[in-house]
Amino acid sequence: MGEQAMGPAIEAILFLLMIALAIQIARIRSLFAAAMLFGIFSLLAAGMQTMMDAVDVAFTEAAVGAGISTVLFLGALGLTTSTEARPVHHRVLGLLVVTATGLLLAYGTLDMPAYGDPEAPIHQHVAPHYVVDSTAEIGIPNVVTSVLASYRGYDTFGETTVVLTAAVGAILLLGGVLARDDERADGHEESDA
Amino acid sequence: MSDLLDDLIEGAPPEEPTPIKMRVQEKIILRVVGKAVVPFILLFALYVQFHGDYGPGGGFQAGVIFAAGLILHALIFGLDALRRKVPMIVVELGIALGALLYGGVGVVSVLMGGEFLHYGVLDAHDAAHGQHLGILLVELGVGITVAFVMIAIFYSFAGRSNR
Repeated sequence: MGEQAMGPAIEAILFLLMIALAIQIARIRSLFAAAMLFGIFSLLAAGMQTMMDAVDVAFTEAAVGAGISTVLFLGALGLTTSTEARPVHHRVLGLLVVTATGLLLAYGTLDMPAYGDPEAPIHQHVAPHYVVDSTAEIGIPNVVTSVLASYRGYDTFGETTVVLTAAVGAILLLGGVLARDDERADGHEESDA
Repeated sequence: MSDLLDDLIEGAPPEEPTPIKMRVQEKIILRVVGKAVVPFILLFALYVQFHGDYGPGGGFQAGVIFAAGLILHALIFGLDALRRKVPMIVVELGIALGALLYGGVGVVSVLMGGEFLHYGVLDAHDAAHGQHLGILLVELGVGITVAFVMIAIFYSFAGRSNR
């Protein structure tokens, strides 16, 4: 089998596995199993992005989606029960809404340029400049790093600030140094909550 | 013996450990393998951090991997073991330090006669060298902030389940 046929075959397998996982995550009642399946789903998505040559994105997906999110899911699971409650509303209605939304999204992609089309608008603006000139201007071979850290340095600074703000929010709401000192003052006595 | 080991590593055992935590603490294989693997995860994070110019990855990915290594340590050896090694005050200072490093590179480039975050002026002789230096420092700032942010969020969630 040539390499030409291998790519689409692997992508098809990844897609089928992701669909099967998504259905299983929706059906399963055990929240622990669902959290684990979410992690596997993220890993498959990372494999998909690797197939699309977006290795930097795949790297992030694997580290955040399969790694940190799973841990946070487990941390949240420690605060609640391990089994999902039976839904009170009608499940057919939810299926209809999801199917309609999915069809609308698929309809929306019909207007988009074909995947990898060099004539697509996104490849006509500043992208050729980055690809051709970044090695001479920045001096490093990874164009993604050049764009993120230098050409789009303001955006990355903003993103870092967003991440910082998320932590400040989590610390203020869920506890930081002040809350820790309160715990120490209370000693080891069990709280009534 | 196992209790003694727990006391040595954990301090006093908690009154009511959560079921997941208790199950993990009993696994001697997890402890041994975890102890061997965590340093390599942290080393890999540093590789991703400083090799981002040449291969995939960069500050964000490196920070997440570094935090994942430390969180794995906390999952195996307990939250308190990590809290003693990386106290909350260090985490909070680290969060701010990374963003300050990023912004500081921008301010320095202004002081040296360029625009904000224009790294080319950082090296008087070769603009590409200045760009390289700026990217290295900026990515380091991103890595430090992201790593400590992930740990802070983990502390915030995991700390609650201990009560």
